[in-house]
Amino acid sequence: MQPAVTLRVTRYRPEQESEPTFATYEVPFRKDWVILDALNYIKDTLDGSLSFRWSCRMGVCGSCGMKVNGSPKLTCASFLSDALPGPIRVEPLDYFPVVRDLVVDMSDFMRKLKKVKPWIIRHDERPLAEGEYLQTPDQLDAYKQFSMCINCMLCYSACPIYGLEPSFIGPAAIALAQRYNMDSRDEGAPERLEILSEHDGIWQCTFVGECTKVCPKHVDPAGAIQQYKLTGAIHWLKSLLLPRGAR
Amino acid sequence: MRAEARYTPYHPRWYRRRVSVWWWLQNRAYAGFVLRELTSVFVAFFAGVTLWQLRALAQGPDAYARFLACLGTPLFVALHAVAFLFVLFHSITWFNLAPKAVVVRLSGKRVPDWVVVGLNYAAWLVLSGAVAWIMLRGR
Repeated sequence: MQPAVTLRVTRYRPEQESEPTFATYEVPFRKDWVILDALNYIKDTLDGSLSFRWSCRMGVCGSCGMKVNGSPKLTCASFLSDALPGPIRVEPLDYFPVVRDLVVDMSDFMRKLKKVKPWIIRHDERPLAEGEYLQTPDQLDAYKQFSMCINCMLCYSACPIYGLEPSFIGPAAIALAQRYNMDSRDEGAPERLEILSEHDGIWQCTFVGECTKVCPKHVDPAGAIQQYKLTGAIHWLKSLLLPRGAR
Repeated sequence: MRAEARYTPYHPRWYRRRVSVWWWLQNRAYAGFVLRELTSVFVAFFAGVTLWQLRALAQGPDAYARFLACLGTPLFVALHAVAFLFVLFHSITWFNLAPKAVVVRLSGKRVPDWVVVGLNYAAWLVLSGAVAWIMLRGR
């Protein structure tokens, strides 16, 4: 068994350097270690100044997304043993501004997420006394896949369209819009369609499909966007052909 | 946070990497995507040739004979061979992607992806068969 493995980790210290550089660290190889364990080992014993985000260590919080050997991954869910022989390249997510080392600024995603109104919209709220909004298992099934998104932004980092056109609303935000559109309790689909059929919405997507491949929660944002395009096109056709529009 | 605190879109100290014009050579999936996009040029080529054919047909037998002679030149045969490969790639990649866009639900259950793909191929076969029958029946 390999006793140690080398990690090449991006360092960017804006007060010292104007461009990121790589630092090389040697960490013990352990079969049960993920990339995040190796980074924590570096921080604890080799170099306390290395900065990176993490929280839950179990693929739920979506904080520890980084590029491992060139592809976007949750570092808590990528084993060292899968990235051998090394040196294993660990870089910050693509297309987001780098704040420091492996930490990117996610404000752009946060603004876009809010823009698609990812919450249940009702014309009239039912009084509490009338009880819950009931849903059948089939109705739950219609949107459940899209509700698994943990906002880790790996899909943005895999999307060359987002890199080339930073105004694109992007995979996760559209998948989450679809999550609420498909929810039987929601009535906000027309509002969201208006936002997402704008220039920066669904039509920017040219279906590269990598967002779906890198998604650690199998959300399938590429599918969500293509289905949304179909809905959008049908809506447009109806508004063109029917006298009272698609309402 | 202060009420007037605001997000700074272009923070001077944050590092932004420019996307290289060669981004599509980074991995095979991106290259495949760009190749698939490129196939549209050849689909347009076939459409153009068909329009040209219609025009020649409308102009009479002489014009049509000239059109056919032109298609028989080695340049056009080679162009058609290349275009055919690209259009084949176009059809196969798009058929395989169809279930992403078309989600059919029958009595609450999602129709499996392979059925959607299979129906596309079946329609392709039936239409190609019909075209072949129309073209070849007189021979």
